[in-house]
This record gives sequence, structure tokens and C-alpha cells, in this order.
Amino acid sequence: MTPVVSAKGIVKRYGHVTAIDHADFELRPGEILAVIGDNGAGKSSIVKAICGATVPDEGEIQIEGKPVKFSSPIEAREMGIEIVYQNLALSPALSIADNMFTGRELRKPGFMGKFFRMLDKPAMEKFAREKLTELGLMTVQSIKQPVETLSGGQRQGVAVARAAAFATKFIIMDEPTAALGVKESRKVLELIKDVRARGIPIILISHNMPHVFEVADRIHIHRLGKRLCTIDPKDYTMSDAVAFMTGAKEPPAQDTV
Amino acid sequence: MTTKAGYEQVLDGSDTNVAQFERRHHTVLERVQHILHNNPTFVPVIVLMLSLVAFWIIAGGRFFSAFNLSLIMQQVSIIGMLAAAQSLIIITAGIDLSVAAIMILMSVIMGNLAVNFGVPPTIAIIVGVIGGMLAGAMNGLLITKIKLPPFITTLGTWSIFFALNLWLSGAQSIRSQDIDEHAPLLKFFGNAINVGGARITFGVILMIVIFVVLWYMLNKTAWGRHVYAIGDDMEAAEMSGIRTERTLVSVYMLAGLVCAVAGWASIGRVGSISPQSFYEGNLQSITAVVIGGISLFGGRGSIMGALFGALIVGVFQSGLRMAGVDVLWQVFAIGWLIIIAVAIDQWIRRVSA
Repeated sequence: MTPVVSAKGIVKRYGHVTAIDHADFELRPGEILAVIGDNGAGKSSIVKAICGATVPDEGEIQIEGKPVKFSSPIEAREMGIEIVYQNLALSPALSIADNMFTGRELRKPGFMGKFFRMLDKPAMEKFAREKLTELGLMTVQSIKQPVETLSGGQRQGVAVARAAAFATKFIIMDEPTAALGVKESRKVLELIKDVRARGIPIILISHNMPHVFEVADRIHIHRLGKRLCTIDPKDYTMSDAVAFMTGAKEPPAQDTV
Repeated sequence: MTTKAGYEQVLDGSDTNVAQFERRHHTVLERVQHILHNNPTFVPVIVLMLSLVAFWIIAGGRFFSAFNLSLIMQQVSIIGMLAAAQSLIIITAGIDLSVAAIMILMSVIMGNLAVNFGVPPTIAIIVGVIGGMLAGAMNGLLITKIKLPPFITTLGTWSIFFALNLWLSGAQSIRSQDIDEHAPLLKFFGNAINVGGARITFGVILMIVIFVVLWYMLNKTAWGRHVYAIGDDMEAAEMSGIRTERTLVSVYMLAGLVCAVAGWASIGRVGSISPQSFYEGNLQSITAVVIGGISLFGGRGSIMGALFGALIVGVFQSGLRMAGVDVLWQVFAIGWLIIIAVAIDQWIRRVSA
């Protein structure tokens, strides 16, 4: 089976600092791949290289077997790769519907759309409402309400729904539960599993071991700028994973699973 | 819920209600705060209505005549157009100190070409309008490519454009008669239609058209949503796929274009072309924007607010003058208006959900 993402020998240097040191990366169809690592291990850097936020100095990245060279996340997005950023990348004063369509707005058909570039707000609102309903998030009063009036969990829901609605290849989620309470985290984890059930693979960057072990199919452990190993969460305990990523314990051979 | 971590098992039995707070009865003031948060133009509209009524009572029917009200519109038309341009910039969380300088420079270019060099007025106007866009592009590129703060950039270009204007004009005005003789088209916006005592100049109509078009662009097109998103949170806008630099440059160019058109209209309003006119136009445009309830922090407020803001200033000046109040108290009153407007903006932003 061709991996969805396959990266080999990625290197990224900032002056004297090597953020990524000949790192490999693989995401397989339909899986949730958790990426864990100590602070500064470079887990964000490798994911940024995959989605075009940084351009690696060396190495090759393939998406579904085809080599790609993204120079911005916008290019990655055009290929159907969506990112849920830790700070969510939502505009607080704009409505839920506006936020879901930022950068890919729908225009009215016919004359008004073509010559006056008028937005098709009813269509955008209908689509946003459908997507939120599918993910069981339509607890908000109105799709037109500004995002700043939502709770933290609801905002996270909007960001995940936006990604799920437009992703065709895969979704990257950066610490989706970090800012949430226990119950809201639970809701977001269910959401992540829902998205996987639709066949969209997910790269999950997280610090939260219980969450990682609950949802991940495989765990990519990053240490000192490279992939240390990947493990199956069913074969190891959380303490093992922490031991590997801090260097307290020898890892299994690379790519055991 | 299949594979919950052990310590979370208890959640199944937990209270399924989301945090409930005592539903306090909302006070009238809180409701007002909410309504204003959703409709940022209400404040300037209410203030405009109240001030019209107040000056009607104080200064009498002479103030509230069709003629005087249309005169106020004429008086605010040029500053109103500059305020429209300024609103675009302020919604992106920027500020443009060069709007009036662009306007005067372009009116001087139009006048010089048409009157002193015999260029056909149409061509002179087109050159001026393109010049306005280039001046705006210069601001926009300095801000996005060299990453200079808008305040500093436009402080610099204000001086640059003002100096160019003095150089091109030789610090000389172009006389009204010369314009009439060589290029009457430059005074087009000084023409007026008279309806029942009111004198509506084409400049006033142009100002309203500019506001309506910009309102449409900001609220009904993707470009407009992007402008608000950039002002709201630049980084988030960038990450959600907006080409922020390109959009910002387009905003500054559009503002420059509006300023150049205002320059053309100013020739009709003033009659002559003076390199020294509208020297306070920058600050007056910011005043109108702020009184109109557009947040200086960006991303909030409707451009129509700036129109009402400009009108409020005009109404105060006219009303106080007719009530026989010294000019210094007009300035005093405008100062308080600005402070109160910003205070109200801050209060509205603190709205609780």
C-alpha cells in the first residue's frame, strides 16, 4: 500500500541549529499517526516541512507516491491537506460560516458573482451548518454568530469541522486538546475518531499521552531532530513511550510497525 | 466510546450538563451593550440624530433648513472621502497619515498637467488617479515587503508627498479662472443640483457612491472578508490561507485611488488648487473614522460609520457656529467627541457573552 506521506532524509538548518536532522516520516492510509517528542525535539519542524510551512534544505517528500515541493501551506491546501493549528487560525470577529470558508469563498452563480464578485452567503451558511451537524456540533445558536462568542471547545470544533470538510488527503492537528478541559477534550477526541472513520488519515501532534494512546494507530517518536522509532500503542505502555522520547530507554529498531 | 483511558471511565457517570451559571437577569445596560456589539454603526447614527435635534433646538430652524443641511454635506464631502480611504486602512489595523498628502499631490498633478501643460483634462485626471494608486502601492509595499509599521511608513510618505507637492506646484495655487478657461472638467464635482432649497453637489453624490461601493466590497465579497480577517488577526488570516501581503497592498492601492478621486473632487469644492489646503485632512479623516465607531485595533466596525462620523463633525461645527459659539469651543467639542467615541468602543468590546 502506498503511504499517504513518505518523507526521507529531511534536513532543515537555521544557522548553526539543525532543527531536522535527516528525519524520515510516513503516514499510511486511514490511520491516526501521533507524533510525540520532548520540547525542542523538532516534531513541529518536521510537520511544518510536510505541509509547506517551511521548505526543507534536503530530502524528498512524496504524497501518494508523487514527489512534491510545497513553498507555502496554501499550496498544500490546494492539494487537499488541511491543518488545524494550535491557535486555530480563526478570525474572532467573523462568523462561523465566514471562518469555514476563509480563502475559498463561494461566489453567487451568474452575473452578480461573475461581475460583482458577490459572495453566496446562503450557500456558505447551509454548507457550514451541514458540516457542523454531521460532526454533532450544531449546539451553537447560529451559524452567523461571531467565533469570539463560542467556548474553547466549540471553536476547536469549528476548526476541526473546517479541516474535515475540505481535506481530501490528510489532516494535521497540532495539540488539539492542549487548551481544553476534560470534557471538551473528550468531545474533540471523539471528533478525531469520527474523521478517521470517514477514511481521512490524521497526523496528531500531542503532549498528552493518555490522548495519544487512546486514539493513535501508530506513534512516531521524535528525538533530537530525527525519527527515533515508530511504535504500536498496543505493544508499549505510556511510560515506555516517555522513556524512549527522553532517551531513558533504548528504542526498538526503527520502523518496527 | 470504546477505548477510554482508565482514569476517564468515571466520566460516563458524570453530569452531562455543560457548566451552568446562574442565569442572571440581564440589565438594560447589558442588553444595550449587546445590541451595540452586533451593530457597531448604531452609536454614530444615534449620536448624529441626537445632535441634529439638539442643534435644531439650540440654533433654531435656520440650522435645520434644507439649505444648511446640504451645506454641511458639502463641507464634509472631501474629508468624508478621505475618511472612506482611511477606514479601509484602519480596518486592517493600520493607519494612513498620508491620505491628505496623496489627495493634494494628485490634485496638483491634475491641475498642472491640464492647466500649465495643456494636457487634455481627461488624461490629466487618469494620470492623477493612477498616481494615487502608485502612492498607495508605495505605502503598501513598504509595509508588507520591508515590514515597516504603517504609522512610521505613512508618517514618512506624508512628508515625501507633501514635499513633492510643493515642488511640483512651486508653492503656487492654480487660480480658479485659469481652471475654468483650460480645464473646466476638473471642477466637475462642484456642479450641483438644487432640490427644494437644498444644494446637492456632485461631490456629495460622489462621496455617497464611494461609501456604498466600498461597503459592498467589504461586506459582500471575499476580498472584503479577507480585509476584516487581516485586521482581526493577521497571523490567523495568513494561516487560514489568505494571501495577506497581496490583500494589504491592494487595500493601500484602493485607498490611494480614493484619495486621488477626492483630489479631483476637491478642485470642484475649493474652486482653485492650493498646495497648502487640507493640511489637517489626515487627522480629520482619522477623527471621522474613530467617531464612526471603527476600532483602531482593526477588524471591527462598518465603513458607513465613518460617513456618519464625518457628518457628526460637520453637524457640530455648523451647529455651534450658528449658536454663536467661538471656534475654539468647536475644536474643544470635537476633542471630547473623539475621547467619548473611543471610550464607548472599549466598553462595547468588553461585552460578555
